Amino acid sequence: MTGQSPKRVVNYFVIAFIALYVSAATASESTGVTETLLDNGMKILIKPDHRAPVVVAQVWYRIGSSYEPEGITGVSHVLEHMMFKGTKRYGKGEFSRIIAENGGRENAFTGRDYTAYFQTLEKSRLAISMELESDRMRGMLLDENEFAKELQVVIEERRMRTEDKAESKVYEKFNEAAFPGHPYGRPVIGWMRDLKKLKVADLQKWYQRYYSPANAILVVVGDVKPDEVIAMAKKYFGPIKGPKVETPQQFKVAKQIATKRISVKAPANLPYVILGFHVPAVADRPKHEWEPYALELLSAILDGGNAARFADQLIRGQQVATTVSASYDPFARLAGYFLIDGNPARRTDIVQLEKAILEQLKQLKEKPVSNKELQRVKAQVIAADVYERDSVFYQGMKLGLLETTLNDWHLVESHVKRLRAVTAEQIMSVAKKYFIPENMTVAVLDPQPIPTDKPARKSVSEEQQNAN
Amino acid sequence: MRTKAIKYFILILVFPVIASAAPKIEHWVTDNGARVYFIETHALPMVDINMVFNAASAREPADKQGLAMLTSDMLLEGSADLDSKAVAEGFEDRGAEISTSSLRDMATVSLRSLSGKEYLEPVVELLAKVIADPKFPEKNLEREKARSLQSLDYSLQQPATVAKRRLYELLYRGHPYANHPSGTYESIKSIRRADLQDFYKQFYVASNMVIALVGDLSLVQAKQLAKRLSKPLKKGMPAGSLPDVAPIKGGEYRIEFPSTQTHIMMGYLGIKRDDPRYLALKVGNYSLGGGGFQSRLMNEIRDKRGLSYGVYSYFLPMQQTGPFITALATKNKQLKEALTVSEKVIDKFLKTGPTEKELVLAKKNITGGFPLTIDSNGKLVTTLASIGFYSLPVDYLDTYIDRVNALDRKAVTDALQSVLGSENRVTVIVGAGVK
Repeated sequence: MTGQSPKRVVNYFVIAFIALYVSAATASESTGVTETLLDNGMKILIKPDHRAPVVVAQVWYRIGSSYEPEGITGVSHVLEHMMFKGTKRYGKGEFSRIIAENGGRENAFTGRDYTAYFQTLEKSRLAISMELESDRMRGMLLDENEFAKELQVVIEERRMRTEDKAESKVYEKFNEAAFPGHPYGRPVIGWMRDLKKLKVADLQKWYQRYYSPANAILVVVGDVKPDEVIAMAKKYFGPIKGPKVETPQQFKVAKQIATKRISVKAPANLPYVILGFHVPAVADRPKHEWEPYALELLSAILDGGNAARFADQLIRGQQVATTVSASYDPFARLAGYFLIDGNPARRTDIVQLEKAILEQLKQLKEKPVSNKELQRVKAQVIAADVYERDSVFYQGMKLGLLETTLNDWHLVESHVKRLRAVTAEQIMSVAKKYFIPENMTVAVLDPQPIPTDKPARKSVSEEQQNAN
Repeated sequence: MRTKAIKYFILILVFPVIASAAPKIEHWVTDNGARVYFIETHALPMVDINMVFNAASAREPADKQGLAMLTSDMLLEGSADLDSKAVAEGFEDRGAEISTSSLRDMATVSLRSLSGKEYLEPVVELLAKVIADPKFPEKNLEREKARSLQSLDYSLQQPATVAKRRLYELLYRGHPYANHPSGTYESIKSIRRADLQDFYKQFYVASNMVIALVGDLSLVQAKQLAKRLSKPLKKGMPAGSLPDVAPIKGGEYRIEFPSTQTHIMMGYLGIKRDDPRYLALKVGNYSLGGGGFQSRLMNEIRDKRGLSYGVYSYFLPMQQTGPFITALATKNKQLKEALTVSEKVIDKFLKTGPTEKELVLAKKNITGGFPLTIDSNGKLVTTLASIGFYSLPVDYLDTYIDRVNALDRKAVTDALQSVLGSENRVTVIVGAGVK
């Protein structure tokens, strides 16, 4: 189950619909977020922040690599690239030029569960962003020649991000092993073999199907008045018509029965290891709904700073790691995952590092974390909640992310509260339940020598240059 | 859309509220010589503190490269009666974030804390103690040296880093800017505890420090805070000027590397941070390679030919002559084409400078986007640190837009040609089959 179940969608639709008649929009007092739904199904979220005369506008689509079938992996991301290549109204390059001319910063990003486009502008220029974003929601040309060139750009991007980065390669292979046959097993940028045979028709279909107001969320954060933003959004996005949102296909993670191990060879100097465990995310609706939050705090107990266990015991105490970190995203759409990665310290190796990490997990299973540690990670949660508000972009990011993956930006409100409610016993309980060998995948980098010139030594060509 | 853009431009003039009212900067010098810059803002209950020392790799001897970075890393490894864990807990128990960093010019200690007295008081007290009395324990140093060697291993498996290190070596032969902030295998191994102690003693002193403060403090509180941070430090001496950078001889250098892409990095000697041509060059570079899709390099390399994911150029002005760098990566067999196109674009641009249209676009972007560069406490504190470190005037932000608007084609083109026109370009090429 995920937050995208039909029942949930209907629920929110009703709330917004009623609100339209009452006050045109609902404003949440605790978060200051105003929410409204246009007649065509597009959701608008507005969060005023008057600290600086600046506004960020983000258009989020519920589409990303986790919606892609094998064969066309990477199509969401290539389409994101093509979204800058011209519509009927604004020719190639016009979008970016107009934003640049208005002092704006713009970009876009594609993830497993979303694709988002954003502009940050001086506040009086918000309408420019809406004019351009609304135009490209349905009006892209997707020209064949432009596609051919842009595909090469994306292939170069893949070379830079993955082919030539040993640790990224390991991560890609790790996901494939941990999520066999599941969309999270595929890279966001796509497999090279799929990219090479991608057609503009694949993008065209993808675009028509998913770039629809009913599948989009506009998030505006900054020095704005919600009423004015709503009026503007109605003017620009209101008239757009598009297909209804399909309920996305559900995927079950294949049941794992034993530890999986893979090894990846790549030119590198430094060994590297990833350990991961299947765990629930909020979207999985676990029976104990505190589990994702307990996992999030557990991750902070291990890796929430220099006083946390990994830094204290693995880097400084045992000196078995040069770097080691833990990560967990409670808000993934299809499945949760707990990931630990690191480089072994000098004069130690992957085997020793893995053993030391597993020993850390064992301690979490056997003994509740101390009150002191728990208080520390909670103090960090409270402080981070304030620090996050320093960035208008990040505030928007959080709303858009929760709305695209879980249809529920309100989790912003409850997130801190739920983290603060986690107990030491709950942390121990999730550790016991999920950190077991049958649930573990391990990927290691097997470094292959780099036959390069020693940087300190002069190369032959340099000697020749000097002789001239 | 042209008319539309103009309409919005007029809107700005009509509503002066959005004018670039830059925040007010307070500046003073503490009793023992620390220069303090402060912006008061109460919108969020938090405080950002950057302590910047003129104590980065430009200050270390060539055979001790990495010393500045190790010294900076080791500040948090123990002080007086506190070990590294106690230091970390002292900050993190109160939700504060502390970090240190050190590159070529600046060695920075950054602290972010909630502003409530129960948080800020103990955290500032700890910070003052940590900075004024680091113990550099021998065992911790050995561990951090080993980690530095590992991080060097990591850096040198990235072709882009290999290219960049070589580029700096070539641009700055015999100058401290040739030092690699992260050191070399040999230099790191040779660093001893006494080296850190000497380096610290000379450079981590009040008169060699700038404190940038932004956040939920009154001016009175800010003055007290700055005093508490600087007082325990010795007054000492400012680090003084770095030697001049000698002119370079251009050339092309190739390094074989087992990657699927070849990285092309070109470097020139650029300018110092206080150079009056700074903004003219910034505006000029926008059209060459600083303005993303609005730049000629991006247009020719990526848009027209699909040769690379990204290509960019930038000036990195420092206390001494910093570099001007362009960079891209393309699949190995496209090296020649990418190289030829880049060289053509750069050479042509340096000959004539930006067109009037390009200049207008660059100026509009830089002035129109100015509010975005100072829209958070985090951005303000680094801007403030930079104003302080490079001794820029305190009205720097107030006059910024006017100074950009005053630039014409001649000023921009002259600046570009006088700095980059000598054709002394160093090109470093790293990839498979490049030799």
